Amino acid sequence: MSIANTLYNNAEYPARNYLSRKTIASWLLTTDHKRIAVLYLVSISAFFLVGALFAAMIRIELLTPSGDFMSGDTYNKAFTLHGVVMIFFFLIPSIPAVLGNFLVPIMVGAKDLAFPKINLLSYYIYVVAGIFAVGALLAGGVDTGWTFYTPFSTTYAKSSVFLAVTAAFISGFSSILTGLNFIVTIHKMRAPGLTWFRLPLFVWAHYATSLIQVLGTPVVAITLFLTAVERVWGVGIFDPELGGDPVLFQHMFWFYSHPAVYIMILPAMGVMSEVIACFSRRRVFGYEFVAFSSLAIAIVGFLVWGHHMFVSSQSTFAGIMFSLITMLVAIPSAIKVFNWSATLYKGEVTFEAPMLYAFSFIGLFTIGGLTGIFLGLMGMDIHFHDTYFVVAHFHYVMVGGMVIGFLMGMHFWWPKMTGRMYNEYLAQIAAILAFIGFNLTFFPQFILGYLGMPRRYHVYPDEFQVLNVLSTAGASILGIAYLLPMIYLPWSLVFGKVSGPNPWNAKGLEWEHTTSPPDTFNFDKTPIVTEEAYAYSATAGEH
Amino acid sequence: MSHLQLIPEQASTFALKVDLLFYGLLALSVFFFGAVTLMVAFLSIRYRKGSNVDRGPMDHSIAKKLELTWTIVPTILALAFFGWSAYVFYDFTVIPEGSMDVLVTGKQWMWKVQHPNGKREINHLHVPVNTPVRLTMTSEDVIHSFFIPVFRLKRDVLPNRYTTMGFTATKPGTYHLFCAEYCGTEHSKMIGKVIVMEEGEYEKWLADGTATTPAVPAASGGEQLFMRMGCANCHNSVNTARGPQLSGLFGKEVSLTNGEKIVADENYIRESIVNPQSKLVVGYPPLMPTFKNQMKEEDLYVLVDYIKSLEAAGASSAQRGNAS
Repeated sequence: MSIANTLYNNAEYPARNYLSRKTIASWLLTTDHKRIAVLYLVSISAFFLVGALFAAMIRIELLTPSGDFMSGDTYNKAFTLHGVVMIFFFLIPSIPAVLGNFLVPIMVGAKDLAFPKINLLSYYIYVVAGIFAVGALLAGGVDTGWTFYTPFSTTYAKSSVFLAVTAAFISGFSSILTGLNFIVTIHKMRAPGLTWFRLPLFVWAHYATSLIQVLGTPVVAITLFLTAVERVWGVGIFDPELGGDPVLFQHMFWFYSHPAVYIMILPAMGVMSEVIACFSRRRVFGYEFVAFSSLAIAIVGFLVWGHHMFVSSQSTFAGIMFSLITMLVAIPSAIKVFNWSATLYKGEVTFEAPMLYAFSFIGLFTIGGLTGIFLGLMGMDIHFHDTYFVVAHFHYVMVGGMVIGFLMGMHFWWPKMTGRMYNEYLAQIAAILAFIGFNLTFFPQFILGYLGMPRRYHVYPDEFQVLNVLSTAGASILGIAYLLPMIYLPWSLVFGKVSGPNPWNAKGLEWEHTTSPPDTFNFDKTPIVTEEAYAYSATAGEH
Repeated sequence: MSHLQLIPEQASTFALKVDLLFYGLLALSVFFFGAVTLMVAFLSIRYRKGSNVDRGPMDHSIAKKLELTWTIVPTILALAFFGWSAYVFYDFTVIPEGSMDVLVTGKQWMWKVQHPNGKREINHLHVPVNTPVRLTMTSEDVIHSFFIPVFRLKRDVLPNRYTTMGFTATKPGTYHLFCAEYCGTEHSKMIGKVIVMEEGEYEKWLADGTATTPAVPAASGGEQLFMRMGCANCHNSVNTARGPQLSGLFGKEVSLTNGEKIVADENYIRESIVNPQSKLVVGYPPLMPTFKNQMKEEDLYVLVDYIKSLEAAGASSAQRGNAS
C-alpha cells in the first residue's frame, strides 16, 4: 500500500476520459471497447446475483436431509438455472467480455478492437440471450440440468426447455464474435515493437480463449439446435424412441462444453500472470512456458471430452484414450502454477488485495486441478462420476479459479477503469473471507462425493447432513465476501481517492501510457514498445 | 443430526482396488499441494518488500533445469497413475464367466430387478456374498445410472440398449443404491437398498414365494415366450429361408447387408427384436415385424437370454449357419 499512497496522493482525475459523456444514448450506442466492457460488467453482475440467489436456495434446501424448503421440481429448476445462468451468462463472458474487452486493445497499443461495431453487436446478442433466459425463468423455469441431457430434455422434461436452450444458443454467438474480434485485434493491431513475445500473458491467455470460442462454440450451437429440433418437431436425433442415440448428444455437448471450461479458466490465468508479476516486481518466471501452456491447453482441451462419459457406455478403448489425453492436458496447468510460484523468487513481494486473491487462486486452483486428475482417471471416476466430488472439483476450478480470478482482476484494474481507489482494508477482508468461505463450502463436498452422495439430489440420507450443514455455513461466509465488493467498489466511484494513472507502479501499456480512466481513444499517440512485458526493476539487467 | 462419517465402507472386491488408487492419488495431491503452498509461503515471506536478502541476477541455467523438472516429473507421475487406473478400469469392464445374471430396469423413478429364477423386486437388490454377479441394465425412459457407493461402482442405464456391470460383494449388509444420473422430478428418490446375504440365505430368499410376481424360471420362461411370440415360425431348424438360425448365434460374427460384420451380443439380439430392419443378416429378406412395445423389458430380457442359451444344435445346422 505504501507504493500506492505516495503515488496517488496528488493525482488528478483526468478532465477528458471515456466516461465523460453522460447521456444514455452515448452508453447504449457506444462502440468504445471500454464502455462496452462496462455494459457487460453491469449485465454479468446482475446475472451473477440471479445465479447466486439460486445457489442460496440450493444451500438452504440442503441444510436438512428431507425436502422441506421446496419441492423436488423447484429444487431441480434451482440448480438448473444456477448452472445455466452462471455458466452461459456469467462465467463465459465474465473476464473476456469485461476485462478482456477493456484491456486487450490497450495492452496491444490499439485505439479499439478491430471491429468496434461487432463488439457492440456481441453485447446486444448477449442481451437478447439474457432476455430468453429470464423468459425461461418467468415461464416457469427449466429442470433439465445445465447439461440438457437427452432424451430427458427432448422428450420427458415438461418445463421451458426450448427457451433455455435458445438462450444458450444465442449467447454462443456473442461469445464467437468476441473471440473473433480478439483474434483479429491481436494479430493485426499490435503497436510498433510489440512482438508476440512482448505481449502480456493476459493477451496470450485471451488469444487461446478466443480460439476455443471461435472453434468450439459452433458445435454447441448445432447441438442445442438439434435438441430444439427434436423437442419441437419430433425429429429423431437423440431420442431412441424416435431412432436417435442419446449418447451422441453427450459427445456433441461435451465437445464444446469441456473446452468451455478452458474458456472460463484461461482468462483468469491471464489475470493471475499480470497480478503476480506486478506485486512481486518481477517478470513472470518462464514467460514462454506460461504463454505456450495456454495454447497447449486450448488445443489439447478439444480432445478430452470423453472423460465426461467413462460410465456412459462409451467403449473401453475410447475411455482409455480420453483418459490418457486428459492426463496430458493437466501438465500445462501444472507448469503455470509452478511458474507463478517461482515468480516470487527474488521479488519484492507486497500483499495488496489483488495479490491476496492471487495467493487464493494458486491454492484453490491447485486443489481444483489435482482433483481433476482423480476424475480424469477412469478407475477412480467410476466411483466419483456424478457425485458431489465432481461438484466440488469444478467449483474449485470455476469459483476458486475463475471467480477469484475475476475479483482479482477487478481489484487490480478498478483504478484503471474508474480512476478511483477502493478501500484497501475492506478489500483485503473480502479476499480473506472469500478464501475461508469458499473452502468451508466446497471442501466438505469432496468428502460427500467420496461417501457417495450423488449430485442433483433434493433429498439425501441422514448421514450426509453434517457435511452439508458445514457447506451451507461456508456459503453464507462466501456470500458476505461477494457482497462486500458490491458495496465498496461502487462506493469508491464517489468517495474513493483519485488513483492517478498508475497506482500500483505497474508495467504495461495500460498503466504507463494511459490516464485513469483512459481517454476514449486510449493513447494520445500510438505507443512504441521497446521492452519485454513485466520489465520490473527487480528483473532489470538480467536480459 | 447424525454422526460425521469421512470414509465409506468397502463391500466389494472392486472397492479395495479403487480405494488403493484413491489413497495413491491423495498422496500425490498432498505432495503437490504441499510443495506449492510451502514454496509460495516461503518465497513470499523471504522476498517480502524490504527484507534484507540477496536479489541478485538469476542463474538462467537453473531456470531451464527447473522448467524441465516440473514438466517431466508431473508427466511421468500422471502417466504412471494413468496406467494404474487403466488397469483398474479394465478390471471393471471384464465380467467373469458364469456370473449370476440379474436384470435391472430403470424407469422414472424406480429400479426393477429380476433374478435368474424370475423372481422380481423393486428398489431392492438381493445378492449373495462372495458370488460374481452380472447386472444387465436397461431403461424404459431416460438415462439413469446404477450406483452402489460401497462397491465403488456405477454405470449408466440407457434406453433401448443394454449396459452391463459385474461385481462380487464381500460383506453381508444393507447398503445404499442410488440413481446417479439426473432423471427428473424424483431423481433423488430413485434410491434403494442393496442387500448382501450369506449364500444359503440368498438361496432361501430366492426360493421364498412371497414376491408379488410368480417365480418363473428364466430358461423355461424364455422358451414359452419364444413360442408365444411366434418367433419359432421363422426361426427354426426346418425352414431356414425366412429367418436365420438362432442356435449357436450368440458370440458369433454375423455379416450384415450393409457390408459390416458384427459380433452377435446381447445388444444386437435385443435390437434385432425391437428394430429388426436396422441390422439385416446377409441372405434374408426384411420380413420380420418389430416387437417393440409388444413386450415388457423383463420379458424381452428373458427372450434374449433364451436365444443366448440356444446351443448350436449339431454339425448339420452349424454348416447351414455358415452357408448363410
